[in-house]
Amino acid sequence: MTRRLLSLRVNGRSHDVAAADHALLVDVLRDSLGLTGTKQGCDGGECGACTVLVDGEPRLACITLAAQVEGRAVETIEGLAGPGRMSPHGRSEGRIPPRGDGPQGQGGRMSALQQAFHEKLGTQCGFCTPGMVMAAEALLRRVADPSEAQIREALAGNLCRCTGYVKIIESVQAAAGVDAGPPQVDSPPAGGGRRAAAVRGQP
Amino acid sequence: MSSGMRYDDASLKRAPAPPTHSIGERTPLVDGIEKVTGRARYTADLPLGATLVGRIFRSPVAHGVIRRIDASRALALPGVRAVVTGEDFVAPYGVIPIAQNEWPLARGKVRYRGEPLFAVAADDEASAEAAMAAVAVEIDHLPAYFAAADARADGALLLHDNKPGNIERLVEQDFGDVDAGFAAADLVLERRYDCAEVAHGQIELNATVALWEPERERLTVHSVTQVPYYLHLTLAQTLGLDTSQIRVIKPFVGGGFGHRVEPLNFEMVTAALARAAGGAVTMQLTREEGFLTHRGRPATETRLKIGLKRSGEITAVEAEVVQRGGAYGGYGLVTILYAGALLHALYKVGAVRYRGYRVYTNLPPCGAMRGHGAVNVRFAFESLLDEMAAQLGLDPFAVRRANLIDTPYRTLNDLQVNSYGLPQCLDAVEAASGWKSRRGRLPAAPGVRRGLGLACSHYVSGSAKPVHWSGEPHAVVNLKLDFDNGITILTGASDIGQGSTTLLTQVVAEVLLLPMARIRVMATDSMLTPKDNGSYSSRVSFMVGNAALRAAQAMKRVLVEAAAKRLEVQPDDIDWQGESCCIAGTDRRLDFAQVVQAALADHGTLTIKGAWSTPPETQGGKFRGAAVGSTAGFSYAAQVVQVAVDEDTGAVTVEHVWVAHDCGRALNPLAVEGQVQGAVWMGMGQALSEETQYHEGLHLRANFLDYRIPTIAESPPIDVTLIESHDPLGPFGAKEASEGALHGFAPALAAAVCDAVGIRPHELPVTPDRLLEALHARRRDERLQARRALAKGVS
Repeated sequence: MTRRLLSLRVNGRSHDVAAADHALLVDVLRDSLGLTGTKQGCDGGECGACTVLVDGEPRLACITLAAQVEGRAVETIEGLAGPGRMSPHGRSEGRIPPRGDGPQGQGGRMSALQQAFHEKLGTQCGFCTPGMVMAAEALLRRVADPSEAQIREALAGNLCRCTGYVKIIESVQAAAGVDAGPPQVDSPPAGGGRRAAAVRGQP
Repeated sequence: MSSGMRYDDASLKRAPAPPTHSIGERTPLVDGIEKVTGRARYTADLPLGATLVGRIFRSPVAHGVIRRIDASRALALPGVRAVVTGEDFVAPYGVIPIAQNEWPLARGKVRYRGEPLFAVAADDEASAEAAMAAVAVEIDHLPAYFAAADARADGALLLHDNKPGNIERLVEQDFGDVDAGFAAADLVLERRYDCAEVAHGQIELNATVALWEPERERLTVHSVTQVPYYLHLTLAQTLGLDTSQIRVIKPFVGGGFGHRVEPLNFEMVTAALARAAGGAVTMQLTREEGFLTHRGRPATETRLKIGLKRSGEITAVEAEVVQRGGAYGGYGLVTILYAGALLHALYKVGAVRYRGYRVYTNLPPCGAMRGHGAVNVRFAFESLLDEMAAQLGLDPFAVRRANLIDTPYRTLNDLQVNSYGLPQCLDAVEAASGWKSRRGRLPAAPGVRRGLGLACSHYVSGSAKPVHWSGEPHAVVNLKLDFDNGITILTGASDIGQGSTTLLTQVVAEVLLLPMARIRVMATDSMLTPKDNGSYSSRVSFMVGNAALRAAQAMKRVLVEAAAKRLEVQPDDIDWQGESCCIAGTDRRLDFAQVVQAALADHGTLTIKGAWSTPPETQGGKFRGAAVGSTAGFSYAAQVVQVAVDEDTGAVTVEHVWVAHDCGRALNPLAVEGQVQGAVWMGMGQALSEETQYHEGLHLRANFLDYRIPTIAESPPIDVTLIESHDPLGPFGAKEASEGALHGFAPALAAAVCDAVGIRPHELPVTPDRLLEALHARRRDERLQARRALAKGVS
């Protein structure tokens, strides 16, 4: 078994990883890089739980060799949330009244899709969710305001056993609707604020 | 597409408006953020450092005598740390205390292809694989039985010596005068219904991590279980440990649906490997191994006979149910009892005769699956009712309405019904689906016909008597309140995605009028949390919800007393508002932190318990098996399914589902809708495409390509109406919401197919090949009759 040093770029960070030639991307992400958000739910290419983005396209990490993605941009569920896609958070659980005049509500870090899957209950047990969200992310980057048929087509490779998919479709539509909506005057300066503001407006 | 419709009906009791934002609000899951960000740690994700790799070798033989398992060559290989066999366990196990006949690794005999035979722990996967190949195994073949009829045949070899005829359990129940009931009927019809075996298909692969501390002889197990408490007992029993030597932790779990209610062989095997290797072992099964571990819904033959009066009134019911149970007991006897108990208790019926046969076969063991025991008989019952209504010229809604229950009601089999929202469920889906105006008038296209079908269903809100009857309360919740002014809910209730952690938070927040953000949940760690009977039979909302309600009420009493003492008034004078409280009618006020400080000054850290048990009158009758089916509250559901049938291919497309579910009170309408949609959809999978298949005991569909779970592309809009019947025993009036709507899908689909093309499916799943064959058969019959008519005319 030969091993080689792979230079991987995952979620914008560079990693040098020693891996066997036949090492699968899902194992390298989970075991070598500790990115356990990417899940494995089948014996290879059946369920979609391991969906990640490679150069922006959805790929199944369980049937992709780590060696195949050298020099390409890999994105996992852990890379979606971040300061660049900030949105205020905390409405759903109610807030504890502030004490004193200190800084309040620094804002959450979920992406619009993550926020929508959370608030619309697009996730139940959560195991298919990272793959589902990544597949939806690829769709929304390609089509800003997809039709229901386009959503169904884009997510047809991702099995969910909990939701019956109804609230998954609603979640993607909610996240997409935010993008299509008019600019919010009072949106925070960070890039994702406009999307998230309208999602939070859902009942 | 879905909606949070509320059905307004003057006949439903009104509960007082909830005092806070918690109960009745569409509340996202409190652990949803972890799930959508990838931060949630499931068993296989745990950062536990280097562990050994565990692997299980499975029997290639369906039935045989184990002559030899020799691991000496394997143990000599580099990197191999342990090999365990059935001889490494001290006792068999099984989820039902009176039916324990399974060993974590086969001993003496193997009884199905895929049964665990031995297991290895090694430094890495390659060493583990090499070890498995180096173990010598000799098995003498025995005759094997893959159909219930073959296993029951005269002269068939017994799988288990103490079960003649390979019958695990024969149930005979008679209520009322069945023969008189049939004699009084205007129409009696008998049909046979066949349902294929289906599997849970939860997306998370099975995994266990076990750590053995040789110095202390202690075992810590992280696993995918729905019932950590059963696993804890079973680990002790099979490994010969004292329960105090064991700690069981359930991390995030990626679905269960009943697969993980029973303690499963790989969990005990992982623990045995950890002990043998003196360290930590991770076992992650493949998807194929998940299908071999199975415990799904058994293949079921139902022969059903119903007597109806012209009014639609059910005079008598007779059913014979045969379940192909697989190789071991598991939940089998409960499954066959549920089939009888919930067959008829949805309606008022005149008399019932039930015969149930649970049969051992050389296949992976069946067990509990969502809607345990009741789904396949519901398909039969609702289908026959629909067919008979058509023969009597009754509308499908009318025949159901002719048999409704008035509460409080005791069913023929001694089940207590305190709340019954089925009438409102029927009204709601009749209106929502446009039944009266649309049925028979749906647009047809060349080769495509559409139809509507109705069915009803019900399910328990937890079994009123737990499997392990210990006399303890059914549910216990502890609340901790300390100097940080935060409340921790300590619960053994397993959140497996159904949202129990969220629900308990809502209940406590509601009682204490506090924001949910002040509350955290610590769940399912045997070292920290009180024992819970587990997440099965939809018991958690009802039972643990009631325990949380009582714990919060007790905590509120302590806090109010402390506030009263600090303000030098009586507790009755305190107006409790959650984040603050005051002397009623004044502005003398304490904020929450001050109240907590006052309470802690008196008591120190507060740890307050709430407990709940089902009242005796809900625990069923006195006959053998009467406890199964008994519950403190039944949920009810009705659904209308709209299909389009392609007459050229036999393909059935579900275009829309309208479902109404009586959940008592929707504590979290968002979560209830999600549960109901998931249940209906899982029923759709069974009705249309899901089916295991074996060849000589070899699983042919042990993957998600051949075992066809519906994808998003073929899944319909599911409109949910929530009916709130305010159960007198449920927490805030709530009942179950996760299972009851599943049962009705298949019969509603079958009725819709019949409405579309005039052919009534009696077999599940209704796959294109089955329906096409029926369509072809009808065409052949029509041609034959036309030819005969022509011949008659000519002669």
